[in-house]
Amino acid sequence: MMRITGGRVYDPANGIDGAVKELRIDDHGRFVDAIEGGRTIDATGMIVFPGGVDVHTHVAGGAINFARAMTPEDHRRTQAFIRTKNRRSGLGGMAPTTFATGYLYAGMGWTTVNEAAVPVLSARHTHEELGDIPIVDKSTLALMANNEILLDQLEAGEYERARSVVAWYIWAAKAYGVKAVNPGGVAAWKWGHDAKQLTSPISGYDTLTPGRIITQLARICDDLGLPHPMHLHCNNLGAPGNIATTLDTLRHLEGSRAHIAHSQYHAYGGDGWDSIRSASRQLADYFNAHPGLTTDAGAVLFGDTVTITADGPWQHLLYKLTGRKWGNLDVENETGCGIVPYTYRPSNLVNAVQWATGLELLLLIRDPFQAFLSTDHPNGGCFWRYPEIIKLLMCADFRNECMAKLPEAIRRRIVLPEIDREYTLYEIAASMSAGPARALGLSKKGNLGIGCDADLVIYDADDDAARMFSRPRYVIKGGEIVIEDGEIRETPQGREFLVRPPCDPDIDAFMRPLFEDRYTMSFENYPVEIERIEHADVRPCAPAP
Amino acid sequence: MPITLRLRRRPTVPLEAEVLSPDALADRSLAEIRALTVYHGKRQLPLGEFFDVDVEGERGDDLVLHGELTKVRWIGRAMTRGSVTVHGPVGMHLGAHMAGGRIEVHGMAGDWIGAEMKGGLIHVHGDAGGQIGAAYRGSPRGMTDGTILIDGSAGLEVGMRMRRGTIVIGGPAKSFVGLQMKGGTIVLLGGAELRAGAWMNRGTIISIEPLPILPTFAPATRVNPGFVGLLARYLHPFGIRLPHAPEEGDYRLYSGDFSVPGKGELLVWRPAAEGVASRESVGGGI
Repeated sequence: MMRITGGRVYDPANGIDGAVKELRIDDHGRFVDAIEGGRTIDATGMIVFPGGVDVHTHVAGGAINFARAMTPEDHRRTQAFIRTKNRRSGLGGMAPTTFATGYLYAGMGWTTVNEAAVPVLSARHTHEELGDIPIVDKSTLALMANNEILLDQLEAGEYERARSVVAWYIWAAKAYGVKAVNPGGVAAWKWGHDAKQLTSPISGYDTLTPGRIITQLARICDDLGLPHPMHLHCNNLGAPGNIATTLDTLRHLEGSRAHIAHSQYHAYGGDGWDSIRSASRQLADYFNAHPGLTTDAGAVLFGDTVTITADGPWQHLLYKLTGRKWGNLDVENETGCGIVPYTYRPSNLVNAVQWATGLELLLLIRDPFQAFLSTDHPNGGCFWRYPEIIKLLMCADFRNECMAKLPEAIRRRIVLPEIDREYTLYEIAASMSAGPARALGLSKKGNLGIGCDADLVIYDADDDAARMFSRPRYVIKGGEIVIEDGEIRETPQGREFLVRPPCDPDIDAFMRPLFEDRYTMSFENYPVEIERIEHADVRPCAPAP
Repeated sequence: MPITLRLRRRPTVPLEAEVLSPDALADRSLAEIRALTVYHGKRQLPLGEFFDVDVEGERGDDLVLHGELTKVRWIGRAMTRGSVTVHGPVGMHLGAHMAGGRIEVHGMAGDWIGAEMKGGLIHVHGDAGGQIGAAYRGSPRGMTDGTILIDGSAGLEVGMRMRRGTIVIGGPAKSFVGLQMKGGTIVLLGGAELRAGAWMNRGTIISIEPLPILPTFAPATRVNPGFVGLLARYLHPFGIRLPHAPEEGDYRLYSGDFSVPGKGELLVWRPAAEGVASRESVGGGI
């Protein structure tokens, strides 16, 4: 039991904006009305936030592990976690190791993370790694938009069966939702092609277009009643002028729920690398006119990182552009994966445009319940650098200072200099916690109301937002103090959220022969057993009647 | 006067002793030096366990090491000044990351000497191992400046991914000299085994002996480049003679590696005495 008194509370889920309010936590790690006894934390002069929720990150599984293996040079220079009594050893850096990932997230006040891209084939590996990420609660999204069994059903117009196939895969992966990456494009990559036009049939299919995959998959997610809508990485990522594709995608999604991942990478104008410019205003206008739609920024920070995505064709292009290392994985008939270490440089015009575009989207989309803080870790920058982005959002002067260091030619290509909005603490709390929790359908997260999970973070008030957000005074997870004065106190095991959507009971009989025909793994060994998931928390679906 | 360290106890497992550098020792008292930490395997022990430390009179930033040091690693790591003189064989990572000063070894040296060095000079009067001046695994670039001179032979991957600087190998080198090289110069006085310059982007490999040329290198021309004369003048004080006068012969220039594709160059010396017939065959079969 615990009582937190005197702190200024920012709880956007309940409309509380800086009011001094006492919070009470019971022995089950929930907020309650009244308790007797227990520890009291005097938070006078401090700021109380709901624990951060990362809607889109890559922290576990085959891809990030490949990235770790590919970047030993980073391990030599990075922060090392030395084993202590209550902490395992590990490494920080561009692709932190499992235990370090938990420490770094919690150390910054984040208590829930959503691993946004899991090939079903490597779901078992992903869950094993997630089991080794302490403190934070976790969820995963299964990659679906290039799965050949599913695409075959969509091509044949078998909607009902496609829906059951998706439901079967979600439960097989013990996932929480559906991720679509470059729909059709990764399947086409296996023919050496990509899918940049939403209306052209993809390689290997006669009639199936990316547009149809997008609309059908979004509808399937809605019909299955998944708590989180389809999580979409649009086609044509990273390419100059891709704003047209992105807006076209959004029009395909009208009538469905959707979350657009890392929208920064999909908001470029121009018609080549020489003329690339930010098209954030067009995209932000669309979001402002469609309040149901959500996105995360996928903001870019200057420095070294490693890019990892299921978008194989894009990674091959990036490798050709950089001449650096390239890793490519083919995940049988499900998806692909590419890894390329990358350095974002302020002197590089394209990188500077990317940096500005991410911030512009966060600043131009008015409702922080629509646009969330993310770097698409580790693609745009590492998650442990979020405090830098918060400072950029909260302080226009600091933004201008940073902009002054960019090449002069950048000014004609971005709109950031025209924006003077500064995020308030309330808006930051919405963008880093309450908003993503709501988008994920996690009603007890990002919320300091009665009955919700007691995940919260207490900061010492500080004018320097980056300093304040990088070193919380207390982090409380499920009612337990996990971080105190920057020191790890406890490392409890978090829960894993997943769903079991309804599906046709005969789907096993349908899948089995296809499976035996196409997969290298046997049908029985494929689904992840529920017993393997540590602290599984199966969330309800609300299927359409 | 130099600080003298004599190996007293032979390490049974590798001894990681990056404190054996002028930067770490010059400003410390003898007692402090003896108390510095070295890693004997996973155990942390004081330097005095393994070395007798001595100094006569006024101390400078010069170090002299004596003993059979093949298991002692990281000598002169990241040093920026002064000198290290070793009488005896030394282990891996000698002078890795060094930025300045001189290291001289009267004996053999292990692998990874001068890896990712930024400046200074390493001279080994004996044979050395592989990965000289190389990039550590995963790093984008190896040595970025400085000079490494090996009087004897060398192992694999000499100058792997080096970016700038000079490496001279007196004896024969093993395969993959200049692997993924990005710049700088490697001089092979005793030739090399297979695949010299594989995946090289830029940079120059000069061989005084005939060299097996990869099929992804193209013969370009016969030259006596002016820079070889300058390089010869730079190397002369070290007792290294690099032929460059037109009357002595010329260099066959091969460019590549076209599998990358790269703009590197291999220069292979042909003495004039070989006669007219072989000269005419340039551009023919390699």
